Parts: sequence; structure tokens; C-alpha cells
Amino acid sequence: MFAYYLDLALRSLKRNKVLTALMVLAIAVGIGASMTTLTVMHLLSGDPLPGRSQHIFYPQVDASPAGYAKGGPLDMLDYRSAVDLWSAHRADRQALLAGSDVKVRAPDARVPPLMVPMLATTSDFFAMFKVPFRYGSAWTAADAASRARVAVISSNLNDRLFGGADSVGKTLRLKDSDVRIVGVMDAWRPSPLFYDVRAGRFAEGQTSSFYDKPEDVFMPFFSGLEVNDGNFWQFTCWGNVATPGHLQDAPCVWVGLWVQLDSAAKVADYRAFIAHYAQQQKALGRFATTQTRMPSLMQWLVFNHVVPSDVKLQTWLAFAFLAICLFNMIGLLLAKFLRRSSEIGVRRALGASRGAIFAQCLVEAGMVGVVGGIGGWLLTLLGLWLVRRQPVEYADLAHLDIGMLGLTFALAVVASLMAGFLPALRASRVAPALQLKTL
Amino acid sequence: MRLHPTLSALRQHKAGVLLIVLQIALTLAIVCNAIFVIGQRIERMNRPTGTVEDGLIRISQSWFGAPAGDDAASVEKLDALQRTDLATLRNLPDVQDVAASTSMPLQGMIYSGTLSLNAQQTGVAVSAAYYYGDEHLRPTLGVRLIAGRDFRADEILHRTLTGEAAPSVIIVSKPVAGKLFPDGDALGKTVYQDGKPATIVGIVERLQTPTTAKWGSAWDYNSVLEPIRVDGASASYAVRARPGREQAAMREARKALLAVDPLRVMPDSWGIQSLSQIRDKIYRADRGMALMMAAVCLILVVVTAAGIAGLTSFWVGQRRKQIGVRRALGARRIDILRHFQVENLLIAGGGVLLGVVLALALNLWLMTHYEMARLPLPYVGIGVLAMLVIGQAAVFMPARRASHVPPVVATRAA
Repeated sequence: MFAYYLDLALRSLKRNKVLTALMVLAIAVGIGASMTTLTVMHLLSGDPLPGRSQHIFYPQVDASPAGYAKGGPLDMLDYRSAVDLWSAHRADRQALLAGSDVKVRAPDARVPPLMVPMLATTSDFFAMFKVPFRYGSAWTAADAASRARVAVISSNLNDRLFGGADSVGKTLRLKDSDVRIVGVMDAWRPSPLFYDVRAGRFAEGQTSSFYDKPEDVFMPFFSGLEVNDGNFWQFTCWGNVATPGHLQDAPCVWVGLWVQLDSAAKVADYRAFIAHYAQQQKALGRFATTQTRMPSLMQWLVFNHVVPSDVKLQTWLAFAFLAICLFNMIGLLLAKFLRRSSEIGVRRALGASRGAIFAQCLVEAGMVGVVGGIGGWLLTLLGLWLVRRQPVEYADLAHLDIGMLGLTFALAVVASLMAGFLPALRASRVAPALQLKTL
Repeated sequence: MRLHPTLSALRQHKAGVLLIVLQIALTLAIVCNAIFVIGQRIERMNRPTGTVEDGLIRISQSWFGAPAGDDAASVEKLDALQRTDLATLRNLPDVQDVAASTSMPLQGMIYSGTLSLNAQQTGVAVSAAYYYGDEHLRPTLGVRLIAGRDFRADEILHRTLTGEAAPSVIIVSKPVAGKLFPDGDALGKTVYQDGKPATIVGIVERLQTPTTAKWGSAWDYNSVLEPIRVDGASASYAVRARPGREQAAMREARKALLAVDPLRVMPDSWGIQSLSQIRDKIYRADRGMALMMAAVCLILVVVTAAGIAGLTSFWVGQRRKQIGVRRALGARRIDILRHFQVENLLIAGGGVLLGVVLALALNLWLMTHYEMARLPLPYVGIGVLAMLVIGQAAVFMPARRASHVPPVVATRAA
């Protein structure tokens, strides 16, 4: 029966090629636009650490003067609070981090000096965030304790400086110090770059920088602060900074602390711990408020509105666009089916049930959907290619995965079946006697 | 009543009519807002910087192993490095002028502060971007001086960014002068920059601040030229190329600076770029958005027009017999043509009425969620007119075909 309906549908579609082409094109364009934007949305709003993000937290306390931080603590910590919390070792894993740009030169590579982003962090960083390594490994706790001049570099920097060869043991000149490479990361591209996400609520929707690549150089926190002293970035300051970029004793917040807490009890304990710390610091007169905050990783991303508003706007637009294409298709199908009223009347008179007419019409609509889905898939590939050519940080992420490919076809077929529903219903209600009379 | 047959014909196709009305309404709502977004982005991209952009080059670089301290000896050493670079650039054949310059319009690197009329910083407070540089800065940028004079060489200080020495003279942009001295007598007056006094010796017509971000948009032309050559491990220069020699000057500058110090960090991406490249980069996202919106509008309009044409030709096909009867009863070809045109006008009229409401509602929603401005009514008016014209154009071919149905059809079976 289904094969017969397919044959009927094919005949009907062939009868008016221009109109069929128009319907297919409308579906294809609508699907192409919505799947392109949906893919980008999907990539930007995903979980950067699937399966682990619920154990990762970002504790915050507030060392700023009364009234300075509005609506909760500032997005980062002052040096002393950060080091206090970190050295208490109350979490399963914990990492301090501070960002800067550093001048890099590889003495034995023929590459001009570079300026690359560097992250000073503690050794748990790599295990906590499951950073993959191509060569070597993270530095040890002993390295960190002895303030060893060691570094982990990104695969990207390794390619640029050493042509992708194993560079473990080689020396890098970072600013004015020689640093030994102990590890080379494998390709690692969390989306967004969650551990550097902050200040999203002040960004007014321009948040594409949250999707930047990870830093190129990673150094142990305390030796990193020594090596690149004078270049560290502050988040904000409430007083004068004696030496810009040297913030250890400055009235600034500039250090991030991420912790891993493996059970609900530990989370509750840690919340109590930072609340107690804030009270103690207030009693000592160092804090003006006892406000604290400890969002989980995903809560922190939501709080920072990580998905850029341009992307959200485009997604809305694309779906409105798809809606218009569907209205268009409903109108055309309706006209098409009703035009065949006399043919339907004959089939009804010869014994076809209403259900059979309805199914036949839906098969025709579904066929348009399948062909439109193929067109939509091609247009989605084109759309993502265009996104990749855009000068935005997330451009290189825009690829179609299997799930989204399946969704493309599902959306095309479901959309066209929905569009076909009303016209098919109307067609199945055609009264056979009336049509036969006018023949 | 001429409208009667049209109305009663429409009543036969309620579902079809409703669909076209909805489609036109949605299309109008989206197209109005999309064109408005395009207009806004184009307006933003066309803002002048106030400089002569053609032939203006920014060089930004960082020395390896430069002195790190901020003691006097280190500062002098850094200043010597910078003066060597400036002299090297000045001697190049395709370079007309060169200046020490921390910032450039559109480039993003911004220093800013607040100007007021007394040391206590009470009363009027004007936020402004500080362009640090030497006596060559204003002519190199090509900013027009409308009152007063340029800096003299002996007025130029040099220090690190956090150094104490404060300039005694400044050149301000017209909006800064106007806000501090609404009576237009700013020249020669003393103002306080973050509490420190300085005399306004010159006023420039227009100079955009280096940022195009939203937080700076309330004071986007408030700029102050500061007579300070800023010393540091990094330094930036503004270069004015001889007319038509921009590319050559950029190549020469790279070669000459690397000859002085091959170990400096001056990558292709941000080391040496012309202002036109900087402009291109900073507005690329706006251009992308405008192009996307334009493409969406075009496709939408085409889809809607095709939908109207398709549906009308079905109606024409369906009503061949009725048309034949009307023709046999004396209706002229023009009457049939009119019938379909009026029908479309009625449908499109309903569509645009609903569409105007939708467009304004969409705009309101965008205003609350995406910091969009209020949609000006002319945009809606143009959209309405465009939709009506598109509807008429789409219906013309099928209507003409209908008008060619011969009266003899009435006598035949359908």
C-alpha cells in the first residue's frame, strides 16, 4: 500500500514541477537556516565537561570595601583569600588560576618571538579538568613546592615552535627566564573556555570571547607569578595599584579558584567552610561583608549568559523563517490537494477510506520533506562553512555532528508532515457525491 | 458593488486566505525589524573617526629583555629605545610623519579618565579617552585643529604609564570642550584631569575614542591628546605614509624595525596594520550580521511572493469555469484582472495590518531582550508599501492568465 502511495505522490509532484521545486526549496532554506543556527547554539550552550561538571564549583568571597560589589561577591578573588582557601585543601581537587600575556622565544627554534596567553595555575588543574596530554605530563606537586621553572604548553604552540615534535625537556625563554617544558597538551578545546568565564553580566551579550582557545603556556602558580611578574591581569581594583601587573598585595581581585567536590555532603561542607572563612575575615576586619557564592560550573555559565546574544537572535530569526516557509507550504499543499478534489472523489467512490486519502496526502507531503531535508542538509553545511569564515572565537567549532545531522532530517520530515496535516485532513473530507456530479 | 464577487470568492477559500495573511504578516514583521537592524549596523560602520584614515598606520610592538623596573635609569633606557624606533621610522622614504601614540581610533587599546572644573572633581564631569603621544601625534593622525595650537616639542613629557608627572597642556576634542565650557570659551582654560590641572591649548574638530564597545558609546567622541611619550616594555607608534604609499611604508617599517632589534615581538596579526585593516577587523561582525539580515529578507520576500503566485494560480485554475461564465455574461478582461488584483490587495491589506502589529510587538520584545532601539515608523511604512507592491507583482502573472480565459469555457464541462 505504502509503495502505491509513494507512486501516487511521485506522479502528483511531477505534474507541477515548478510548484514542487518551490515547496522543496522553501523547506530546504528554512531547514538550512534553522539547523545552522541551532548547531551553533548547540555547540555554544553545551556542557564543557560532560559527566564531571556537576562536581566542579567556583567559590567566591568578597574582600572589597562595603558597597563596592553589588549583587553578590566579585567574579574573582584577591590574592590572600585565594591562597588561604586553596592552602586549606578542603576540596577533593583545587586549582588557582591567574592570567597574563607572556613573551615567548624558543632558543633552538627559528621562529620570531611570540606574545601568547599564559595561565599560572596549580597542578590539580590538569587532573580536575581531564586535560589530555600528547607528550610528557603535568608538573608534580614537588615541582610546584620547589618553585621549579617548568611549563606545559599547548599543542598549537608546540606546532608553531617545534613543528609538532616531542619537545619535553626543551627550554623556552619566557619573558626573562628559562623554563623547561614538562608536558605538551593534546588538542583540547572546551566550549566555552569555562574556567576563564567571568563578567558575562556586564558584557551586554557580546560574549563570543568566552569561546576562545585555551592558553598556550601553563606554569605552576607561584613560579609563574615570579616569571611573568608585572604582566598579570586584574579583574577589578578598588584602590591604586603600585605596580601594574604585580597584584599580590594590590587592592584587586584577579585570581580564580576552582574546586572539585565529589559528594553533596562535601559541597555542603565547603559552603560552610567559605562562609566561616568570610565571617572570620570580617571579624579580623579584612572583609566588609560576609557574602559568599559557590555556583557549580553550569550554574556559573548560566549566570554569565555565555551564549552571545547575536547567536540567540539569529536562532529566533531562523525559526521564524522556518515558520514562514511552513505557512507557505501549507497554503500550496492545500491548494494542490483541493484542486484534485474530483480525483479524490473518484477514489472515495471506488472504496478508498478517508484514512487512505489522508495517508496518501501525508506521504506526498513527507516526500517533499525528505527531498527538502537533503537540500536543508546541504544548505546547513554551507551555512556552517560561512560561520567558520566569520572572525569569531567559536568559528572553528562549527561542525555538524551525527546527532544534528539526524535532527536535520527529522525536523524536515516532521515540519513537512505538520504542514501537510491540515491540507490532508481537508482533502480527506471531500464529499465524493458532489465531486462526481460535476464530472 | 464591485467588491462583492471578490469578497464572496474569498469566503470560499478561508484557509488559503488565512495562510497568506499570516505569511505576509510574519514576513512584514521580520523584514521591518531586519532592515532596521541593517540600517543601524550600517550607520555604526559609517561613523567617522575624525582622522585621515587613508595612509594611517599603527605599529605596536614589545621588546624582549627590556628593562623591567620603573626607576629613572630604566625609564631613560626605554625612552631611548622608543626614540631610536621613531627616528628609524622617520627616515624611511615612504613615511611622511611618525608619532609616539598609545591609542588609535577603532583599535581598542584605550586609556580614559574624567575631566572636571576643579581639583575636588565636583560639578561637571566628562569622561574621555586619553591619547598619549608626542608633538607629531595630531598631524600624523590627520585630526583637524579648529582652535589653538599643537604641542611644542619642549612640552612633551616622558614617563611610564603610572608615572607621577602630569602634563600642563592638553588638546581636547570639540565635544569635551563643549561639555566643560558650554559658552564656547574653552581655549586657554584650566581643567582638572582626574584632579590634576592642565591648560587647554588646542581644540580638534573630531576624534573618536579607541573603543566601539557599548560601555563607551555614551562618550564616543570625547578624546584628549596628552603630551606624554609613554615608556614601557611595549610601545606603539602612529605612522603617516606618503600619499598612495601605505603598503610600501608598512613593508619598509617592518624591515627597518626588525633591523634595529630582530628579537622584538611584532606579529603579523597586530604588529603593523593600517587603519583601514583595523576598521575592517572591528566592524566585520557588524558587516556579517547586516549581510545575513539582507539575505534573510531577500529569501523571505521571494518565498512569500512565490507562495502568493502559486496559490493564486491554483485559484485561477480552480475557477476557470466561473471566470468563463463571468466573461460570457459581459465581464471584460480588465475586470477579471482587476478581480484578482483587488482580491490580492484585500488579502495583503489584512496581512500588513496584522504585520504592523506583529512588527511592533517583535520590536518591543527585541528591545527588552537584545538592547534594540525603537523601530522608527518610516521603516514600518516602507515595509507595508513594499509588501503591497510585492503582492501585486506576484499576482500579476496568474491574474493575466485568468483574464485570458475565453468566455466559451462557460459552455463546456469543467
